[in-house]
Amino acid sequence: MANKNIKALKEPIWVNNSILVQILGICSALAVTSQLKPAIVMGLSVTIIVAISNVIISLLRDTIPNRIRIIIQLVVVAALVTIVSEILKAFAYDVSVQLSVYVGLIITNCILMGRLEAFAMQNGPWPSFLDGIGNGIGYAAILVVVAFVRELFGSGTLFGYQIVPLNWYEHGYLNNGLMIMPPMALILVGCIIWVHRAKNKDLQEN
Amino acid sequence: MAAKKFRCKVCGYVHVGDKAPEKCPLCGAPSSEFEEITSDENGGEKKKKGIDTNSNIYTILYATVIVVIVAFLLVFVSETLKERQTANVINDTKQQILSALNLRDLSDVAGTYSEVIIADALMQADGKLAEYEGEFNTGYKSEYDSGNLHVFVAEIDGERKFIIPMNGFGLWGTVWGYIALDDDRSTVYGIYFSHSSETPGLGDEIAELKFQSRFLGKSVINADEQVGLKVVKFGKAAQSSQFEVDGVSGATITSTGVDEMINRVLSKYIPFLTKQCCKEGGCEGCEECDGSGNCEKHNNVESND
Repeated sequence: MANKNIKALKEPIWVNNSILVQILGICSALAVTSQLKPAIVMGLSVTIIVAISNVIISLLRDTIPNRIRIIIQLVVVAALVTIVSEILKAFAYDVSVQLSVYVGLIITNCILMGRLEAFAMQNGPWPSFLDGIGNGIGYAAILVVVAFVRELFGSGTLFGYQIVPLNWYEHGYLNNGLMIMPPMALILVGCIIWVHRAKNKDLQEN
Repeated sequence: MAAKKFRCKVCGYVHVGDKAPEKCPLCGAPSSEFEEITSDENGGEKKKKGIDTNSNIYTILYATVIVVIVAFLLVFVSETLKERQTANVINDTKQQILSALNLRDLSDVAGTYSEVIIADALMQADGKLAEYEGEFNTGYKSEYDSGNLHVFVAEIDGERKFIIPMNGFGLWGTVWGYIALDDDRSTVYGIYFSHSSETPGLGDEIAELKFQSRFLGKSVINADEQVGLKVVKFGKAAQSSQFEVDGVSGATITSTGVDEMINRVLSKYIPFLTKQCCKEGGCEGCEECDGSGNCEKHNNVESND
């Protein structure tokens, strides 16, 4: 049992990563990765929300009528995200202003619905919680890697601080504007998937 | 039925026989992945708690209960936190107004606001200011739409500044800002922009100091007494120009939105910005108006009493 729990936590981080293997959550991975800071904020929020909603759905799983299970999952996620954003608005206004853009992206993140449907509906609260944390970390890790590359080469900064020396620009160095555009995120995710497949031969398709 | 049933845990294939097959014919999983289906046909599929969770009545009841619970929860959370949230929004609006005066990241926003801002006024048709008597507003778009043209009068180091709230649209949603002008009602003393959902890394740069500081010292009113301040394409602003400001590169629509916002909103304020009441032969019964437009009296906010 303990082994199974560790597997639930560890597997989604790399071997069975939601973005790399299941190609879920791509839309938000494109939207928030032009800079590091929003990528980390988004990764953290998704981790927390997946873990909590996984636990709630796991507790309810035996009572949910089969035909409306997706709607119930959606209601739980939407209510959770709304409540969290309301609480932040009251007690941490600055954070809530920064997060306001992400609220919609979190609710519609395919990883959330994917984990609820594929894992929490079949497993107990504790493994579900670990599964949520694992998937969240796996998602956040990819976001951070993509955002790191995009911000460094697209804006010459990291976390908004100038990294590329300013005098390089005088010698003809230019920021790569394409990096800021969403298609570049897709190409970068593609490159990571390439590396991932090369390391995990059993996932390769013929 | 004598034969047992086995279900493949990987693909759901059901095998009928005495024992699980060595290999699943559908997905190739080994026999260890099969589990026996234990429900017998006579008793039907019995649920653990004896309730049929797939019946229509149960489904409808379940949906109703969940919706009611969630609705109450949301109402409860929203009502208990409302007061704090409103206070935060008011505080945030005041911080934004003060940001236009280059007073950013303050620790005591409310205190600084009451110290620096000496009046919240409305512009009259003739360009004079009259005191605004309502409660402090947090949404200046609706005020603008209903014709209440707010001007905040501030005093910094003994000098008078005027702050005008602006609102418009960017690429994805609303953009808004506050522009602070010097006593001459044309030179930009400071400016602040914010937005609801512009693209991170591109359009959202209008909220950054780097962009906003490009406005400092520019002029709003041109020789024709119209709004001359313009946001142009990045890199196209003439160095010597008093009116042109570089937009954000890669965010043309957001920059155009900011340009449109400045032009449209400030055009409504032309009577105030050009001190019209003092120019057109002076105000009725006012001996101080000499037509020069430099009438000390009308720099002040008229009280309604």
